[in-house]
Amino acid sequence: MATNFTMKVFRGDPAGGDFKEYTVEGGEGMVVLDVIHRIQATHAPDLACRWNCKAGKCGSCSAEINGKPRLMCMTRMDIFEPDEVVTVAPMRTFPIVRDLVTDVSYNYEKAKQVPPLRLPPPDADGKYRMMQEDVERAQEFHKCIECFLCQDVCHVGRDHEGLKKQFSGPRFFIKIAGLEMHPLDTRDRSEFVGAQAGVGLCNITKCCTEVCPEHIHITDNGIIPMKERMADNFDPVVWVVRKLRGYKKASA
Amino acid sequence: MATVEYETHEHDVLVIGAGGAGLRAAIEAAAQGVSVGLVCKSLLGKAHTVMAEGGIAAAMGNVWPEDNWQVHFRDTMRGGKMLNNWRMAQLHAQESPERVLELERYGALFDRTKDGLISQRDFGGHRYARLAHVGDRTGLEMIRTLQYHAIHQPIDVYMECKIERLIKDGERVAGAFGYWRNTGKFVLFKAKAVVLATGGIGKAWKYTSNSWEYSGDGHSLAFWAGADLIDMEFVQFHPTGMVWPPSVRGILVTESVRGDGGTLKNTAGERFMFNYIPEFFKGETADNQEEADRWYQDKKNNRRTPDLLPRDEVARAINSEVKAGRGTVHGGVFLDICTRRPADYIRKRLPSMYHQFKELAGVDITKEAMEVGPTMHYVMGGVRVDADSTAAAVPGLFAAGEVAGGLHGSNRLGGNSLGDLLVFGRRAGLHAALYCKNLGGRLTVDAGQVESIARTMLEPFTRSGGENPYTIQADLQDTMHELVGIIRVEHELKEALKKLEVLKQRAARVRVEGGRIYNPGWHLALDLASLLTVSECCALAALERKESRGGHTREDHPYTDDTWGTVNLVSRQQGERVDLRREPLPQMPPELKALFQERK
Repeated sequence: MATNFTMKVFRGDPAGGDFKEYTVEGGEGMVVLDVIHRIQATHAPDLACRWNCKAGKCGSCSAEINGKPRLMCMTRMDIFEPDEVVTVAPMRTFPIVRDLVTDVSYNYEKAKQVPPLRLPPPDADGKYRMMQEDVERAQEFHKCIECFLCQDVCHVGRDHEGLKKQFSGPRFFIKIAGLEMHPLDTRDRSEFVGAQAGVGLCNITKCCTEVCPEHIHITDNGIIPMKERMADNFDPVVWVVRKLRGYKKASA
Repeated sequence: MATVEYETHEHDVLVIGAGGAGLRAAIEAAAQGVSVGLVCKSLLGKAHTVMAEGGIAAAMGNVWPEDNWQVHFRDTMRGGKMLNNWRMAQLHAQESPERVLELERYGALFDRTKDGLISQRDFGGHRYARLAHVGDRTGLEMIRTLQYHAIHQPIDVYMECKIERLIKDGERVAGAFGYWRNTGKFVLFKAKAVVLATGGIGKAWKYTSNSWEYSGDGHSLAFWAGADLIDMEFVQFHPTGMVWPPSVRGILVTESVRGDGGTLKNTAGERFMFNYIPEFFKGETADNQEEADRWYQDKKNNRRTPDLLPRDEVARAINSEVKAGRGTVHGGVFLDICTRRPADYIRKRLPSMYHQFKELAGVDITKEAMEVGPTMHYVMGGVRVDADSTAAAVPGLFAAGEVAGGLHGSNRLGGNSLGDLLVFGRRAGLHAALYCKNLGGRLTVDAGQVESIARTMLEPFTRSGGENPYTIQADLQDTMHELVGIIRVEHELKEALKKLEVLKQRAARVRVEGGRIYNPGWHLALDLASLLTVSECCALAALERKESRGGHTREDHPYTDDTWGTVNLVSRQQGERVDLRREPLPQMPPELKALFQERK
């Protein structure tokens, strides 16, 4: 219980940097973010990291822990070997600001490009009627906490800086999927999906799904149906649902 | 001395804070056609609203047609032990259904009733199932919906920017001054109106459900600018925070667990809440297990389970059980839903609780009871505002959400916060925009005022000696937790005030290492001033109010006192001191008073 944790944390900025080793007092149930906070309080008060909720709900404390993209607040120290020196680095895909903080503005630019929801007028009493089983498909994608770990791990952006311009990334593929699967949405995003979001660049290695802390089936439930629709512009489930409910896609 | 460098932006309305209230305010102000800037300390979409779990209280009548705004109004006032600003409570109850529908129009996907309408769930203190919700992640749905609506409106968003001081031109607000967290560089916002939507003050306490952002920024910005704070003694300890392991202590366990059938038990397995039903709520609370369990299905013929008494009552009860030796070894009690509801139902209704306990505590809530105890969750007190317009006493200053005081009285009902954000966020944006449109003449910003703020902000870098800000914050959190916690007593409050004086002196000598680029030590050093200001206001008001009511319990004055039920405590800055006054509570009109006589 009273063992110490030793951690190698990246310290640096756009000019460069290196891993620095810190040892702090351990405790039961601690997560990586607790160790980082303890390092700040006792060794390195200026160690830069983002965090907010500390409960896996806000998606702020994304980092690469032993090379794997994870939330620091949801990674318990007891998953590692007792003497293991855990390595914490910033997300590699995004430009570094300082230490564990990266410039994630790419994601906010991509967010703006997604054509928003377009709903028909509500029923006469001002309310919309949607069935639980119909909203559930889209609700899965609404669980996204925007930690951008999927954006970090996806090799399209990670290994091909030049492709970022034409590639929205997994987070925004499921954003689009969530809009498309909204039972009442009437907007056609097919041109955007192909030409601007770049869903065609995804070759379904499922890395995004593996790192998702919300366990969203990004590839199977989001990207693949979208690719299939692109292929023949036809999603049978959505088609059946819309047919039954009487909503048709208007052109954008 | 060299001049201080800073960039300048100009807007009609500057909204500080981008949680539910700030986003809704910015959307409304932009809709009014004025120029809007929205500043947030974190990245957009990370504000504390994201952590709200249970739902939005709104008398939509989708599940219980008997529900209406009058019933919601009455529940809110009674939950606040009648100390609420009646007009705010009325507006909130009347307008929240429309705000929920509006959120749906923006794209929110709420859970549905069998008829396809927005589903509503039970929560503490609410007569009917009233909370529009999305599983147990309603706040996430709300902030994401508002965020994605806002980015398509003409709103300039300034992320990771911290406001240090409001700037005034004479008596009026003329803008705000702060720094970019990313670069440490200074920034001036010139604005005709400022909307504070900065949330709460939880980080002054040791065990809290609040994030680092909750450092009392807006409360302090308003106070330092000459506005009034009211009801600062009223702090809500949410009855169910996690207690084990130590590193997660304080993290919220949603009230939805009890709303969906969970019950509190002590180590003897007793459902102890039946022993803690106060006189005030006897008429509406079940006094036996059978009736309590029937109530979930049949609200007409049964009274509500005491597990869903207002939060102040439940938190005190848990505290008493633990003190009486009937708590767990970790100082909590059990919250059991696994023996009362099927595993599938639990995973479906409470997915994020399932996830949170599984991953952080190694507990499967479909098989084991949770261990829970009170955690500092919310401050009822805040900036005194006009109910209709949200205007503070300083012209051009508006406040909405947790930073504003009045709506919740001495205790907030669960679900009334998210409604508050939408109803008063919209009103703040609207009235700030109208204020700008009617404002004649030009505002000027005194460069000397700005530069002096900037120089003070840089002092911690050049000090020799002095302390690490983390140590000072930890000592402050210990002080507030031990001496201004859930149960208070005069000599401890006096001791707290003495300790706060010492902490202020220590904070004035705080020293930071490193440079200005993304330096959390420096950021915390700058937050200490507001943390100390709100702590002092809270401790002073807690010492003054010699009764127990809602989120203020005095061991030495354990009863609710009717004479105290007619006054708010108002804090105002007077030089370096806090001037604390008693002011009469606004009186509700007879037709609203009658709602409290109809049934007990």
